[in-house]
Amino acid sequence: MALKIVKGSIDRMFDKNLQDLVRGIRNHKEEEAKYISTCIDEIKQELKQDNIAVKANAVCKLTYLQMLGYDVSWAAFNIVEVMSSSKFTYKRIGYLAASQCFHESTDVIMLTTNQIRKDLSSPNQYDTGVALTGLSCFVTPDLARDLANDIMTLMSHTKPYIRKKAVLIMYKVFLKYPESLRPAFPRLKEKLEDPDPGVQSAAVNVICELARRNPKNYLSLAPLFFKLMTSSTNNWVLIKIIKLFGALTPLEPRLGKKLIEPLTNLIHSTSAMSLLYECVNTVIAVLISLSSGMPNHSASIQLCVQKLRILIEDSDQNLKYLGLLAMSKILKTHPKSVQSHKDLILQCLDDKDESIRLRALDLLYGMVSKKNLMEIVKKLMLHVDKAEGTTYRDELLTKIIDICSQSNYQYITNFEWYISILVELTRLEGTRHGHLIASQMLDVAIRVKAIRGFAVAQMATLLDNAHLLTGNVQRKGICEVLYAAAWICGEFSEHLENPMQTLEAMLRPKVATLPGHIQAVYVQNAAKLFATVLKSGEGSADSTAAQEMMIERLPLFVQSANLEVQERASCILQLVKYIQKLQQKDVEIAEEVIALFAGELNPVAPKAQKKVPVPEGLDLDAWINEPPSESESEDEQPRAIFSKEEPKYSRPRHTEVDEKELAKRREVRKQEQASNPFYIKSSPSSQKVYQEGPGVEHIPVVQIDLTVPLKVPGLPMSDQYVKLEEERRQKDRADKKKKEKKKRKEKRGGGRGKKHDSGPESEEDITPAHMVDIVTEEMPENALPSDDDDKDPNDPHKALDIDLDKPLADNEKLPVRSHRAAEVLKSPTEDEDEPVVQSEETSVVAAPPTSTTSEVSDLDFWLSNAPVPSNAQEAAPVAADPVPEAASGAAPDSEPEEPKDTEAEETPMSNYCLLAENSYIKMMLEDADQVNDIQGNLQDGSQVVVSVIFENKCESFLKSMEFNVLDSLNSKLQRPEGSGAHDALSVPFQLPPGVSNEARFVFTMQSIVMPQKLKGTLTFIVKNEDSSTHEKLEFKLHFTCSSYLITTPCYSDAFAKLLESGDLKCSSVKLEGISMPFHHLLAKICFHHHFSVVERIDSCASMYSRSIQGHHVCLLVKTSEQTVSIDAKCDEPTLLGNVLDEIKQTFSQC
Amino acid sequence: MQFMLLFSRQGKLRLQKWYVPLSDKERKKISRDLVQTILARKPKMCSFLEWRDLKIVYKRYASLYFCCAVEDQDNELITLEIIHRYVELLDKYFGSVCELDIIFNFEKAYFILDEFLLGGEAQETSKKNVLKAIEQADLLQEEAEVPRSVLEEIGLT
Repeated sequence: MALKIVKGSIDRMFDKNLQDLVRGIRNHKEEEAKYISTCIDEIKQELKQDNIAVKANAVCKLTYLQMLGYDVSWAAFNIVEVMSSSKFTYKRIGYLAASQCFHESTDVIMLTTNQIRKDLSSPNQYDTGVALTGLSCFVTPDLARDLANDIMTLMSHTKPYIRKKAVLIMYKVFLKYPESLRPAFPRLKEKLEDPDPGVQSAAVNVICELARRNPKNYLSLAPLFFKLMTSSTNNWVLIKIIKLFGALTPLEPRLGKKLIEPLTNLIHSTSAMSLLYECVNTVIAVLISLSSGMPNHSASIQLCVQKLRILIEDSDQNLKYLGLLAMSKILKTHPKSVQSHKDLILQCLDDKDESIRLRALDLLYGMVSKKNLMEIVKKLMLHVDKAEGTTYRDELLTKIIDICSQSNYQYITNFEWYISILVELTRLEGTRHGHLIASQMLDVAIRVKAIRGFAVAQMATLLDNAHLLTGNVQRKGICEVLYAAAWICGEFSEHLENPMQTLEAMLRPKVATLPGHIQAVYVQNAAKLFATVLKSGEGSADSTAAQEMMIERLPLFVQSANLEVQERASCILQLVKYIQKLQQKDVEIAEEVIALFAGELNPVAPKAQKKVPVPEGLDLDAWINEPPSESESEDEQPRAIFSKEEPKYSRPRHTEVDEKELAKRREVRKQEQASNPFYIKSSPSSQKVYQEGPGVEHIPVVQIDLTVPLKVPGLPMSDQYVKLEEERRQKDRADKKKKEKKKRKEKRGGGRGKKHDSGPESEEDITPAHMVDIVTEEMPENALPSDDDDKDPNDPHKALDIDLDKPLADNEKLPVRSHRAAEVLKSPTEDEDEPVVQSEETSVVAAPPTSTTSEVSDLDFWLSNAPVPSNAQEAAPVAADPVPEAASGAAPDSEPEEPKDTEAEETPMSNYCLLAENSYIKMMLEDADQVNDIQGNLQDGSQVVVSVIFENKCESFLKSMEFNVLDSLNSKLQRPEGSGAHDALSVPFQLPPGVSNEARFVFTMQSIVMPQKLKGTLTFIVKNEDSSTHEKLEFKLHFTCSSYLITTPCYSDAFAKLLESGDLKCSSVKLEGISMPFHHLLAKICFHHHFSVVERIDSCASMYSRSIQGHHVCLLVKTSEQTVSIDAKCDEPTLLGNVLDEIKQTFSQC
Repeated sequence: MQFMLLFSRQGKLRLQKWYVPLSDKERKKISRDLVQTILARKPKMCSFLEWRDLKIVYKRYASLYFCCAVEDQDNELITLEIIHRYVELLDKYFGSVCELDIIFNFEKAYFILDEFLLGGEAQETSKKNVLKAIEQADLLQEEAEVPRSVLEEIGLT
């Protein structure tokens, strides 16, 4: 025995440790694999020994090898052995190895459950620590289920070190075992208010991660997080919370309103870029979720854009990149604010960093308008010429096309310009996007009828100069445009000036070197051209020449190796021959030939097929015949517009070399010609076609780098159009001004004329150069609107979409170890363990069924409060929490009654009431709410913001909604500057069927002492598929005096001073037969009339509120039996009287 | 955070920490891909790139690249901050850290990382606390590992 141990120790001395291994590997760079395989053999020997130190050393080395990419899964069991060592040194290594090497499919993991549990409850906090750390990496669903309860216990450990880790790991547990979320959540929530900041931040982390995935279940936590946000100074925590709010606001627009102010404050004050960036991002998200129309929101957007500009201007590439990224988010909703920074973004196109250039390109996409499209594209074209590297150039090319073609060519005013841009793009060398340009050419030529003449002329020139496109081998991709050119020339051949010339160009022998599918199109369209020539003059010289040309040249294509080309060519050849024969017999045949190609092709919408409605009674899944025993269904491949064709083997090799050679010769010759003043430049079409010479392979070929962009002669440059367009617009403007002047002159006699200032040109002023009718894509009749559900069913976070407000059911408890462990462990947490489990059970019983409703109304209440960030939460708990902090000792008796009253509480607490409704639309009015900035409004009259929710109840589309209110002397609807006093405000959105949206309207009030009723109308257009009708809905807006009150917290001493001052007038009211508990009564007053509780003693409470014009309103509410008496004081008796009437009314309704 | 990788300018992996369960094969593929992509980037380029559906945040410190993969909505700047914080921690622990420190004491580098991040989330934002925890754990380790001579062991038996 002794001997064995001695031997073990001596062995150990000679064993390699990790350092030796690393050194060894570094010394054997040449034969690393061999060296490592000997090392692995050694390790295997070491693992066979009993000595745990040797084993641990071996495992440590294995962990290193694992990182280098060697498979160590065979040692999994040894790792478990080392993990279970009682010594921390080895345990640490064991857990590290496990966390690096184990994954879900490692089968020994299930052996570890008891060991981990033992370590979790170890008296040594570092044992527990390593176990938790390790577990976070290799937790499996089984481990999560078995250990969830143990970890939950650790969340209340005495040491913050353990609590922190336990809280964080719960997130991994939830992911693996979603059932644990509900039982563990209450405790997790508790940890948000843990005294240790580390634990608190861990809890924030976990809840934020959970909430980001399923925000709607966490809405009720908003007030708590709001409090944390306004009180925390830890940037890490703040970032998480702000991100969480970003996820919550789309679900609750009112939350957004509340957030804007603290967020803008943070933006102004913080020096941490990461926090600033997060705030800006969230403000953007908030503003996107709010509908526009709030006056102070444009300020927030401006602030964001300003800050982002600073980021973009920074020399730090990272900030620049992020600035651009965030800018593109603003762009989607507020394009105008971003457009003013066009200069900056264009500058970024010159940045050294490609990723920044690409971001800038993304932004440009959204910034174009009719006005600046040409200018932007011109800049981009310059960049195309300058760009190094084909990837970036290709990216530019696709972006140019994207920018121009977006939303159905919305921004293109001049399609001639666009066609010439496309033609210019064909000069690009080595681009892969020939097919993209081609499909644009086709699309424009087909859909913009007015442009066909021009397009055909351009395409004919392209065909004529096809050699420039195909000449260079590098330019393979671009020859796709010839496909489009040939098709356009053939299909719209009636627009061709000189069809003979184009026909000749299409039948040149060189065409046979093009890819098969392009040749096929050439042949087919040559036939169309032929038909046109024939029609233009049967028996004329042209037509006979055309005939001869066809008969002479087509046989070349008949021999083509490409089946499609061959088939079409031989068909057409026979056809031409037959026509010739008929013509010799003097038969008039042109009409019949043209009939072969009659009819127009219309574009079909990409989703048309999907949208064909299934006829009634047709079951697509039912078998028509009995299914065959083993069906071999071959899925039909979707056919692309252009079949990608691999070069055929049969094509002779030397043609390619020949191509290069030709290009070279041509280039040399061109340069000669260019420098020779005596050379009379021929038209490009007359260029000779070179014959293949034998033995060209031997000639050494030098690749010429064509730095000079090839210019296709005879083509107009797009720049010309920019100039032309500029002139045209100027002329337009001048014309308009003249007209305006005339009008003004005419009007001057009439007296008052509206002033139009012809300042900056607006979008609508730009008239398109041609009357362009864009043919819309065809859809099948009765197409169904379909929504594509794109939620990923495999998302692990989907399982965590769990309602957390529902009380726990009995079967939801976490599995607790039921059998007795063999050894009883002594642990510091054990004492705590028992009561914890118990309290879990009791909470199941005691949890009042109110939690859902009270949580919701809590949130509602909190949201409807005036946002006074530092104090808001003080007032918040009053509504739902029956025991406010100020009077916690007061009403323990009323607690058990609570469940009974919940139904009563549920309904009236809703914040929205019906305003008006008809069969088309429903208008819901949110409790009139004050403008955020209270101080600012105290002097200059007062503003009240009304939120109206419009809900489309019918099957049709509602648009052009206009909201109008008959102003009274006292209250006026705020209208944009320049509009008349009776003009309607247009609602800034349209409503598809079933959709609702919220709009806000600002009213200015002169006096607030009296309630107001305003009559209004909403007009809108109901648009059906075939008709549209004007509809009207009348409503009455009721401004109560309570809606002029702002919940303002007040301290009891200030309150006492106010009462003593003697400036206040007194009034009182008595309510009879009120049976609700006192705290509900207070909550109601707080909620509906915007009061806050100052102090509460037993059945007596003082309350305070302030009007938007600064009137103080104080209440003393007393209750005895079923009578409630309210004594009130206010410096404005009329207002007070009205408020009291309103309170009375509130309680008479229930 | 989904994972963190440390690799050298030569593309050798020095440290890897995965916070999402992936098979060895996938891990290898991802790290190979990323190492290549990042090493190909020019020094003047920004530290962020979009990769598959993740965002990659990386930074180079001397000869080592630190690279983190975060999700779409995560904050890039705070991830950079995490990387920097980790480097500071290594620096404090090893005393002006160099690549060799991490190679030869790679388990220590892991221990520090584990004290700083857990399950991909920052667990301790105070540098002092992280180092304190590491030091105490190390102390525990040394206590357990009081070197016993061969003779002593014989004598004990």
